Order: sequence, then structure tokens, then C-alpha cells
Amino acid sequence: MGEAIVITSGKGGVGKTTTSANLGTSLALLGKKVCLVDTDIGLRNLDVVMGLENRIIYDLVDVVEGRCKIHQALVKDKRFDGLLYLLPAAQTSDKSAVNPEQMKSLVEELKQDYDYIIIDCPAGIEQGYKNAVAGANKAIVVTTPETSAVRDADRIIGLLEKEENIEPPMLVINRIRNHMLKNGEMLDIDEITAHLSIDLIGIVADDDQVIKASNQGEPIALDPNNRASIAYRNIARRILGESIPLQPLEDEPKGFVAKIKALFGAR
Amino acid sequence: MIKGTKDGLTLHLDDSCSFLELLNELDTKLSANYRFQENDPLIAVKVHTGNRYLSENQKEKIKEVIRQKKKLVVDEIHSNVVTKEEASQWIAENQIATVAKMVRSGQVLEVPGDLLLIGDVNPGGTVIAGGNIFVMGVLKGIAHAGTGGNEESIIAASVMKPAQLRICGIVNRAPDGYAEEGHQMECAYIDENRQVVVDKLQVLKKHRPILNRLEGGL
Repeated sequence: MGEAIVITSGKGGVGKTTTSANLGTSLALLGKKVCLVDTDIGLRNLDVVMGLENRIIYDLVDVVEGRCKIHQALVKDKRFDGLLYLLPAAQTSDKSAVNPEQMKSLVEELKQDYDYIIIDCPAGIEQGYKNAVAGANKAIVVTTPETSAVRDADRIIGLLEKEENIEPPMLVINRIRNHMLKNGEMLDIDEITAHLSIDLIGIVADDDQVIKASNQGEPIALDPNNRASIAYRNIARRILGESIPLQPLEDEPKGFVAKIKALFGAR
Repeated sequence: MIKGTKDGLTLHLDDSCSFLELLNELDTKLSANYRFQENDPLIAVKVHTGNRYLSENQKEKIKEVIRQKKKLVVDEIHSNVVTKEEASQWIAENQIATVAKMVRSGQVLEVPGDLLLIGDVNPGGTVIAGGNIFVMGVLKGIAHAGTGGNEESIIAASVMKPAQLRICGIVNRAPDGYAEEGHQMECAYIDENRQVVVDKLQVLKKHRPILNRLEGGL
């Protein structure tokens, strides 16, 4: 029996889809059988980030409405030798095409065959959110070090705590910019965790490579040397129960010119 | 039975007969005994019903009977008994509800009496109490004390950084630039100018001695 983890945030653009893709990838790299479920019906992205867009034949709404079997809709990721599958969202309908009961039974079915089901939640707290959390038994809340994102995370944690079947949510702080943190221009990690008072499961530095990789359809977690990739892999290992210290937020090694610039306080 | 005290007359009503008998007897008794002069002042009477419970309707009837005797005015009606409903409302209004949780954005925590919250109130969260509010944690959201109309109500918090404080109908907004640290152990109350003011906890003893429920001891 697998675990279903919903990745949510309340606010849009904080990196739910990126986190879902990379956590799924990292768990598959660790040898777990993973199914990614995109619940952002009408605005699907996860397939693009995973580079699986043009292999989609059926989608989540087709499964729910009985137009196909669940295994027909699952898109296999060839890079992972049968360990990673994606259930894409429909692009032609909207959130009301599915209800929470249908999602619940869908996830229950997937739990039989997979170790981890990663559910990518849409932004907001309406129908789409309710669908996404319906089948989950764990939750990860993604936020960025911005007041607005933390405010929305607080709201979503309040809602998640009311769900009976979901364990206390865990926190990922995404897109941390080290230089702003140092100058005190950004909320720091202790401040955010004290404010939200839930367990921190990982911090991810803001990195240009993440955007580049997702544009190419190759999740950053496939790159063994990138710091964001290492952060995602660490989160995956923490999900598996390993205890790994948070990785220090060092800036990337810079070239000679950048070092001279840094010496004079320019960036 | 009619008793004269220094603040006027008190009518002690029999609580063992039926209500109808009571009304009749009250009527005859009041007509028989008194002869009023035209320029006598109005006499306020208190009514004590003993162990009889009177509904609002019945109270009105009693008042009517007494009012017919020109110079008498009913001041108040006392009774030894209250309904369970009233009693449990009193208890609720006088109880301290202890709650251990975070009040997060979008959540509203409301209690009829005093509220003791062990946890923070985050921005966007609201705590509402009929009486006082005590927050053992950081108050960053909205606190509304004294919804029952008690202007003596106070709001106290370990760390006071509220978005808004309301006591009864009076609202106080946070200053726009908060001091970095926030304030340790503070309380808010309505002062003589009917403004909600925030001050250190120690002043409470002076302004709200009513808060001390403990009697005896040192």
C-alpha cells in the first residue's frame, strides 16, 4: 500500500509543479515506484515540466468518466525504467469535471500499485484544491520567503489540519536567494518556520538552472551536481525516513570577475 | 406578604399556589390594604417570587396587576430559580475556555466567555471572546474582546503585534510601522477617553482590579 502526498501552497507560482516533478524524479531515482498525478485540470503543466507532453493519449478526466482504464491513461517515463508514471490532467475541461469522491477512489486504486503517489495541486482553495487533497494521506506545503506566500501557506495549513485523513503537513521553502537572506531583505528560514510552526522538510535555493531544465522537459533532479537538485533529492530521502541535515546555503562558486565584483560589494 | 424596607416595598409572593390564584390574591391584597392620596409620590416595589419560575409573559401579567394600583411601580422581579438554559449561559459567559492551537489565516476562534489561547494568532486569523482574551503566544491577527458589551474586558498577549484590537465596539488599528521586536507581555483595555490603549501588563492591577478573582491568600 503506497502513500499519497499532495504538494500544495495556496499561492500560485511558488513552485508546486517544479517540486512535484523533482520529488517524483528523486524518489524514482531512489528506486521507488512513483506515480505523478496532475490535478490542475484546464491548466496542466506537469507533463511539460517532465517532458512528456506529446505522449499523452488519455487524461484524468477520461479515467474518471470511464472512457479508458487507468493504466491506459498513465504515461510512462522511459528514463526511469518503469519506475515513474504520470497521470496527466485534462486540458479541455475545468476543475468541476471531477469531484473529491472520484479523486479519492482514483488515488486508492493507484495506491495498490505504487509506492508513492505525488499529487500536484492547483493554486487556490476551491474545487481544484479539494479534489487534490481528497485522496492524500500526507501533505507538503511549498512556500517562498515572501510575506504573501507565507500568508497563503498559513491559510492552506489551517485547511489541511482540518482534513482528517492527512498527517500534519510538512514545509518546503523554495526559491531562497542567499544574498537577500544575508542582507536581511528576505524572511529568514527560522522566521518562517516559527510563524507557520510545522516541520520543515527541506529548503531549496533559487537557481537559474531549474527554469532552464524545466523548459527542456528534464527535471533538475536528474543533474547530480546542481544545488537545487541535491536539495530535492534530500527531501526525497527525508520522505523515506532518512535524517539528513539541511544543506548550507552557499552561493554558487563564481568566476574571477564575479569574485572581484563581490569584493567591491557589487552583484 | 408585603415587607417595607429602606428602599421601598418588597412583595414576597407565595410559590406553592397556582399562578392564577396568585394573581387573584395579589389583586385583592393590594386593593384592600391601601388608600392612596392624589399627591402621594410613586412607590417602587420589588417583587420576589420565591421558588417559582416565571416566564416573561407571566412577569408581564404580574407587573400589570401591580400597575393597576395607581401609585405602585414595579422596580424589579427577583426569583430564586433560573432555567437550565440561563444557567448554562451564565456558566459559559463566566468560564475561561482554554484552547491549545494555532489560529491561522482565515480561521476564526470564538468563545462566549474568556479565552485562554495557548498558541499564536497569525495574520488573517481572528479570536473573539465574550469576555477577556489572553494569548500565550504571538498575537499577530485580530482580537475582539467583550462582544457581550463588557467594556471592562481586556486583551493580553505574550507578544503583542496585532493587526487590529477591538474591545466592545471600539477598534484600534496597529501603527503602520511596528517596532521591530514587537512587545513582550502587554495588554489592551479601554481607557478614560474611550480609546483602546496598549500598555505593559503591570498596569492592569490598577485599571482592572475586577480581574482578581482570587480571594484570601497573601
